[in-house]
Amino acid sequence: MRIVNTSVRKKDAMALVTGQPVYTDDIAPKNCLIVKVLRSPHAHAIIKEIKTSDAKNLYGVECVLTYNDVPQKRFTMAGQTYPEFSPYDRYILEDRVRFVGDAVAVVAAKDEKTAEKALKLIKVEYEVLKPVLDFRTAKDNQTIVHPEEDWKALVEVGGDRKRNLCASGVETNGDLDSIMSNCDVIVSETYHTKAVQQSMMETFRTFTYYDTYGRLNIVSSTQVPFHVRRILSNALDIPKSQIRVLKPRIGGGFGAKQTVVSEVYPAIVTMLTKKPAKIVYTREESLIASSPRHEMEVKVRIGADCSGKIKAIEINTLSNTGAFGEHGPTTVGLSGHKSIPLYTANCEAFRFSYDVVYTNHMSAGAYRGYGATQGQFALESAVNQLASRLNIDPVKIREMNMVRQGMIMPAYYNEPNNSCTLDKCLETAKKNIGWDEKYPCRDMGNGKVRSVGIAMSMQGSGISNVDKGSVTIKLNDDGFYSMNIGATDMGTGCDTVLAQMVAETMECDLDNVVVYGVDTDTSPYDTGSYASSTTYITGTAAVHASNELKQRILDVASTKLNVPESDLVFDGKVIRSIDNKKEITLKDIANEDMCGNNAVLEVTSSNFSPVSPPPFMVGAVEIEVDKETGHVEVINYEAVVDCGTTINPNLARVQTEGGIVQGIGMALFEDIIYDNKGNLFGTSFMQYKIPSRLDMGKVNVSFESSYEPTGPFGAKSIGEVVINTPAPAIAHAVYNATGVWHRELPITPEKVIRGMIDLEN
Amino acid sequence: MRIKMNLNGKPLESDASADMVLLDFLREHECYSVKRGCETSNCGLCTVLVDDKPILSCSYPLARANGKSVTTLEGLQDEAKEFGGFMADEGAEQCGFCSPGFIMNVLAMVNEFENPTDSEILNFLSGNMCRCTGYEGQLRAIKKYLAFKGAEK
Repeated sequence: MRIVNTSVRKKDAMALVTGQPVYTDDIAPKNCLIVKVLRSPHAHAIIKEIKTSDAKNLYGVECVLTYNDVPQKRFTMAGQTYPEFSPYDRYILEDRVRFVGDAVAVVAAKDEKTAEKALKLIKVEYEVLKPVLDFRTAKDNQTIVHPEEDWKALVEVGGDRKRNLCASGVETNGDLDSIMSNCDVIVSETYHTKAVQQSMMETFRTFTYYDTYGRLNIVSSTQVPFHVRRILSNALDIPKSQIRVLKPRIGGGFGAKQTVVSEVYPAIVTMLTKKPAKIVYTREESLIASSPRHEMEVKVRIGADCSGKIKAIEINTLSNTGAFGEHGPTTVGLSGHKSIPLYTANCEAFRFSYDVVYTNHMSAGAYRGYGATQGQFALESAVNQLASRLNIDPVKIREMNMVRQGMIMPAYYNEPNNSCTLDKCLETAKKNIGWDEKYPCRDMGNGKVRSVGIAMSMQGSGISNVDKGSVTIKLNDDGFYSMNIGATDMGTGCDTVLAQMVAETMECDLDNVVVYGVDTDTSPYDTGSYASSTTYITGTAAVHASNELKQRILDVASTKLNVPESDLVFDGKVIRSIDNKKEITLKDIANEDMCGNNAVLEVTSSNFSPVSPPPFMVGAVEIEVDKETGHVEVINYEAVVDCGTTINPNLARVQTEGGIVQGIGMALFEDIIYDNKGNLFGTSFMQYKIPSRLDMGKVNVSFESSYEPTGPFGAKSIGEVVINTPAPAIAHAVYNATGVWHRELPITPEKVIRGMIDLEN
Repeated sequence: MRIKMNLNGKPLESDASADMVLLDFLREHECYSVKRGCETSNCGLCTVLVDDKPILSCSYPLARANGKSVTTLEGLQDEAKEFGGFMADEGAEQCGFCSPGFIMNVLAMVNEFENPTDSEILNFLSGNMCRCTGYEGQLRAIKKYLAFKGAEK
């Protein structure tokens, strides 16, 4: 391969590193109204009265909107594909507020200062209600988060708003109880993962305006332009045909921008005032009223025989979706579907059950890993504990039980495991970290202990039978190609990765392929960039479109040269007859195509997949624990990934490094903490700490590439799988250093010290 | 208030509100490379040079910049292209939103250190957050850039 599997620069790289104005706020019209949201100080309350006249009378204020001014039609902000699994449970503004930070009123003014001042002039009288703050008590609580009659689930997912249930379900395979009862050893533990913030550097932001045709244009930092169109149509109660969504460069997403967090506010302002409007979330707003990871409590039961063969796995997950159900019914599934299959080899039965509950926390959303992260922390930790109980090396117990290529995975929709080098990943990680020398720990003689830990992971590549990606490729004069996509590059490099696939197929230079995306009026439909789908799902569409266009070019050449197509060879620049007697250049075909013919040298291809081939990885960590302070320092992280063919090895490597460091943050210090009234502590990067370059040690990435037969050039996904191993690997290493299992994240110095003190007593 | 400064090599005189921070003033003057990732001086995205020293423009009152020389990435395009090329060759710009502030601080570091060690690099840049890359690719780019600049001398 010439271009696929090479580390070319991203197409937008030089614009980004020279600071060009390409992001939403850089390109917003200067005359935008500035939109601000008044946010609730209460976790649960009814708005008895809201006085806006003083704010409205302030010079420079364009409008002040309350629940009286917005459509009373429920919708969801979750950016998901038809038929939409998240319940329709919110208005733009409502007379009930459900978390501290929930929207109470919307102000639009000529500038930021005036908007801020107007917010202070709005007088709200609340009837404060008792909130549900502990998700363990949410189901069947006397307080009902969604008492409204017009709450609506489009898909039956076991929800019951009267019980604070957003979704629930149970799946079984085999006779779990009888197999479990015959097991020699059972590990049964409960794990607690907290809500954490994606913390992309560019906060949520959107601007809106009416165009020449009287249509509402939305320019937004979003991962899901087509879903934004549908969601705004629902929220504003206007036809989809009246909305156009454009995506400029995005300053990171990680799932946060798979929820329509900021779009509705400027959109309703523009709709009502006919004036351009803009909202830019502060970091505080992005931390208190956004779309973080679902907090989960995962109960795991593993049954094994005394040799360490894992025979039965039971997982029960309680997920906290917060005030609204965005991504609630779907994230929870991955806590089972993407953990249990890791141990397919000897597993005879499993049961996976779950409840997703409403509480008066901010709504959760999609965050890289999407439930798999939570489930795998639990199951991987339990497997490490099982190894310890049986006195088996944790690497060996995985070698005995892991899923391997060729196996059918009953817990993963019975999909066959067609491409898998998880075994090689484990072997390489073990070697790279120096497992045999370092396991379990070494006392450094200065109050510090160095130890190692290990974990495996899998994810998916797109949502099987759901996600759809499309690519349009057009031949232009002089023979360059333009590619139009509906997938959203959010810094991950999909514009480049997809262009690499086209250039490879069309046998041309990468510079000969220009990329455009996304404009919902002109881009071909794509579900959006999430669920690790773009390389695999949209990538396959790019290959199909390229092949079809190549075919059409050959058709034209065949007519022009009067040579049967089967006797023609296309080398990317010239089409020649195999006897070398006749030839025509691509440039001539392209230029002659501009007049006097009916040929269409433009192709759109769409692709969905009936399977979602899992990428796999192993993470092995070496840490140093300070026994005096409980401080855990990551020394070295060995990540070994099977994402199939790496289309762009550099970008795959950086994805991995970034995911590992986010995972380290989740394992060691990131935590969304509420007080007993539902107020959130982490309102800035002072209190909500994400890793700096001093907090991550050394991350080393290796690839053990399998070849996925259904993927483009053998590729699977990489975006999400890379965040999953740090939490269980670090928890394992902390156990190996201190003898204490930490089953609640993050593993802070206080918890490490307390654990050691409790163990001594 | 009346503000006088030298912005990216050119004298600038302008009226501005007294409570303005330098970041907002710079964006008003079309220095869109200057980004805000937080409001609490934690993220480093708003890094610019004032009299050749890196500062956080989100928490730098505009009045302090009066009479001084302010440099943003717009004023260092050649340097940005040169170092940025090393970033691009690692794929380490990713979303790019933190790149301008990061590059400003890297260029400031290069002015202060002849041959920084890994530890000096990490400490100097510890205030520049990046959520995409996990920092390793940035370090690779810096080391290759330093080797390139060393060979040039």
